[in-house]
Amino acid sequence: MRMRQDHITSAKALSRGDIEAVLDRAAEFAGDPTAHADRRPGALLGLAFFEPSTRTRMSFAAAIKRLGGDIVDMGPVEASSVSKGESLADTVRVIEGYADAVVLRHPSEGAATMASEFVDVPLINAGDGAGQHPTQTLLDLYTIRAAAGLDGLTLGIVGDLKYGRTVHSLAHALTNFEVEQHFISPETLALPESVRYDLDAAGAAVEEHTSLEPVLGELDALYVTRIQQERFPDESEYRAVAGEYRIDAETLAGIDELPVLHPLPRIDEIQYFKQAHNGVPVRMALLDLLLEGDR
Amino acid sequence: MTADDPELRVSKIESGTVIDHIPGGLALTVLGVLGIDGEGDATVSVGMNVPSDRLGRKDILKVEGHELSQSELDVLSLIAPEATVNIIRGYEVAEKFRVERPTEVVGVLACPNPNCITNAGEPAEARFTVLDAGVRCTYCETILREDITDHVQV
Repeated sequence: MRMRQDHITSAKALSRGDIEAVLDRAAEFAGDPTAHADRRPGALLGLAFFEPSTRTRMSFAAAIKRLGGDIVDMGPVEASSVSKGESLADTVRVIEGYADAVVLRHPSEGAATMASEFVDVPLINAGDGAGQHPTQTLLDLYTIRAAAGLDGLTLGIVGDLKYGRTVHSLAHALTNFEVEQHFISPETLALPESVRYDLDAAGAAVEEHTSLEPVLGELDALYVTRIQQERFPDESEYRAVAGEYRIDAETLAGIDELPVLHPLPRIDEIQYFKQAHNGVPVRMALLDLLLEGDR
Repeated sequence: MTADDPELRVSKIESGTVIDHIPGGLALTVLGVLGIDGEGDATVSVGMNVPSDRLGRKDILKVEGHELSQSELDVLSLIAPEATVNIIRGYEVAEKFRVERPTEVVGVLACPNPNCITNAGEPAEARFTVLDAGVRCTYCETILREDITDHVQV
């Protein structure tokens, strides 16, 4: 099937069909990711990362190479024409001339939506400030589906819900499934009004808490996010909440087999975690679907 | 007409716009939003805190020689949703209508989120979806409910 969306800027635009198409194809690729180099031979993926990244950048590069394609990389901002004052709009228009799809990470919210208006090739949002990170969500959904299933799930999401873009995307995407979402955070880091508005509009089952303990026993899985120092306008606000939701063996004592997910990087909120290496097959699946057919 | 009727307090205009049923106290804000600052030669009459059956207190504006554009009407609808607009030509009311809330406003409000891409010097006009209560940035999705007038950039 073709993706309903040409650009992947927000998880909000992903339908259940879109999500399941990616997850199902990712499951096919995950068996042997090295066996699909005939899928997109010669395809070029433009990487435009205006913020640091390890996993997202490398897994996109690995994914397109596993499909038989390659990357063209803008490289560090300071070595690009951005340092000469080139706008984001002009930058993505230039990269569009070199690549069949563009992956963009940028520190401003809404950057991917704006950039997508200037290009015809698929533009994939790899994180826009505290906004959205839809491809992380696809691999989170893949991991959650494998660990605990999606329909009928009761999921706890704990940590920085205000600035955590992976949380915003995940919350939106989960409204496509029968999932009860429990959000646990200090009041200062609760979900932004805009996300809460969308969850309410979608009729999602949502509860908000300031403490993890009372709901821990009800959860089928727990999603932990990093308290992101770089998103806080004020360091004292960061210090007041950093480390507040540490998950360790003691927290989980008496809880049977609770899958704990973490988008990483971690600082000190989690002691035990199962690293998911699902980024490559999931991004392979997404790129394969986006590049399907003639464009 | 009664002695209290505000229509008697200011003279009729030959052509232009009369904006009635502005919430009491917001007339000067509306003028500011419309960019009418007295610098031009247009005659402007302002009635403030006039008793009103519908609003309790209302403001009225008469602007000589200026008919509101669609973007001006869009902004007006956000800050004075009850307003009625009378277009005057040849001393007669040529058109009379209530403002309508648009589904979207473009280029009339600045996004309150300093980290929004529309505040980063890019060639993107701030664009807002109009909600039942408030407006929402199309790019960063920030919802603006109060103090909309503080963010007008017409």
